[in-house]
Amino acid sequence: MHKYLLRRFLITIPTLLGISLVLFTVLALAPGDPFEELALNPNIPAEVRFNLRRQFGLDDPIPVRYARWFTSMLRGDWGYSFVSRVDVDRLILQRLPTTLFVLGTAYVLALVIALPIGVMSAVRPYSLFDQIATTCAFIGYSLPTFFTGLLFILLFSLYLDWLPFIYSTTIEGSGLRWVGEHFRQAAMPIAVLGLFEAASLTRFVRASMLDVIHQDFITTARAKGLTELRTILGHGLRNALIPVITIVALQLPGIFTGAVITEQIFRVPGIGSLLISAIQSTDTPVVMAITFVYSMLVVVFNLMADIIYGCLDPRITYS
Amino acid sequence: MEIPRQAAVVDAAPPSATRALEVYPPRTLWSDVWRRYCRHRLAMAGSVVMLLLSLATMIGPVVYPVPIDDIDFAVKLAGPSWVHPFGTDDLGQDLLARILYGGRISMAVGLAAMLIAILLGMVIGALAGFFGGVFDSLLMRLTDLFLSLPQLPLLLLVVFLFRDRMRQAFGPELGIFMLIVCVIGGLRWMQPARLVRAAFLVLKEKEFIEAARCVGVPNTWLIVRHILPNALSPVIVSATLGVGSAILAESSISFLGLGFPPDMPTWGRILSDAKDYLDLAPHWALFPGLMIFLAVISINYIGDGLRDALDPRKIL
Repeated sequence: MHKYLLRRFLITIPTLLGISLVLFTVLALAPGDPFEELALNPNIPAEVRFNLRRQFGLDDPIPVRYARWFTSMLRGDWGYSFVSRVDVDRLILQRLPTTLFVLGTAYVLALVIALPIGVMSAVRPYSLFDQIATTCAFIGYSLPTFFTGLLFILLFSLYLDWLPFIYSTTIEGSGLRWVGEHFRQAAMPIAVLGLFEAASLTRFVRASMLDVIHQDFITTARAKGLTELRTILGHGLRNALIPVITIVALQLPGIFTGAVITEQIFRVPGIGSLLISAIQSTDTPVVMAITFVYSMLVVVFNLMADIIYGCLDPRITYS
Repeated sequence: MEIPRQAAVVDAAPPSATRALEVYPPRTLWSDVWRRYCRHRLAMAGSVVMLLLSLATMIGPVVYPVPIDDIDFAVKLAGPSWVHPFGTDDLGQDLLARILYGGRISMAVGLAAMLIAILLGMVIGALAGFFGGVFDSLLMRLTDLFLSLPQLPLLLLVVFLFRDRMRQAFGPELGIFMLIVCVIGGLRWMQPARLVRAAFLVLKEKEFIEAARCVGVPNTWLIVRHILPNALSPVIVSATLGVGSAILAESSISFLGLGFPPDMPTWGRILSDAKDYLDLAPHWALFPGLMIFLAVISINYIGDGLRDALDPRKIL
């Protein structure tokens, strides 16, 4: 087990290297120059400009610049935000917990919805319940998050006036009221993201459960007198989840798409809305760092999916 | 491939069977697919909706010749009426005209980005599957790498960095169009590549390929003429679904304000402009959102129907 974990962990290093290489190539190929404004400013003499360029190594060959950028990213020196006037890593660390909270809760919500519905659909395929569930899943899967977000605001904030549609970081009060307010303002973003994820997860759970449920070992489990619940959950679902986890891991990069949009709609102060505002104000160090953080999140979640995969499937050997 | 085999069956069959076969026109692979597709009711509904949407965006601006940028503050933020069937926006511009015109761009982006993705995916998948070895593992590592890239942040980053350059090189409209299409296509080739590679790995060991090799068919012809046509069905399904996800990707970028400029009102762009006026003019956001939803859901149902129709194991 330890050996497997170690090897799986080591594989992430070339992946991260590759991702950083892609990111850096995009940046290096891009036109524009962080010192463009200085070049146009007549008050700055040419030699100051030249010294600045040399100090930041802008005229070095690209491989040298890449090596320097990557090592400083590893050291935790992520640069300085031109707009917010703080270090990029501090800026991101402030925002990251909110993103992870919304994303994580949304995912739990998606699992809570998708697992029972998917299993029940597969146990009685083509029944009325299955048909309703499949249609709802199809609709949910085709509704883009930015549209559901606006619909939710329209319904719950403007029409019914139940929930606030702007996420506030400074909530007064303490104790239960504080928790309640937090829940109220996080409810819509979590619901939008969670329902979208639930829709695609339900489809996968149902399909994979349908494959499993007619196999011989399920009949065997029934024949030896297990209750229906234990047959379905212990023998069916456990095996059906294995392909589902692979698909979930593959879909992760797409989930961040929904997260960025949801954060932007509900003004959730996470790294997604930071990314958009950084792009709008041409704050390149922040943009680069956030894209890199998203890549790291993808890699970390993929690693976790692989480990869970190993735990669920006894056929996978760890040697 | 299908027709000679049937001819052989006809020759060998007893005379009565021959007569029975002559009554019906010969069934080909594609007529079977079409027959099965027609039985998928939701896929047919999806096709009808998609056809209507395409027709509306293609000939709509001709039939409904209201200019998309006719500013009239007297009717700003007005709800649907006979003069403006979909209402107006904050400048009093007619929304139906803008949605019809914007649909052209959204659909064109979807189709073009899908074509790029499929072409790239087919080339990479075919090369990896056919030649195998080190070549295959290198290309597959590349595919894995692209699969773990965060799509939307990278899309935004590339559009943000290259927008001005493309605008200068190809003009404000074509430049942005090309950039968005290339970036969306360039980040979506991985799934078709994997599908094509998997099909190639199976097909290249088959007897008919061995036979083709024996008669001296060169590699390129082997790939293009003999293996690729047999690997097409998963590609067709993934291409169909790809159009939908490309439309979604374009709408997302435009919704975040980084896609097309306001004078090119794609559906995502209209929705993005409308989001600050939800309380005053909900119709402004509802109509373009509904269009995106209709386009995507009908494409998804078409893809679903094609998947079932192209799967020879399924009897429908």
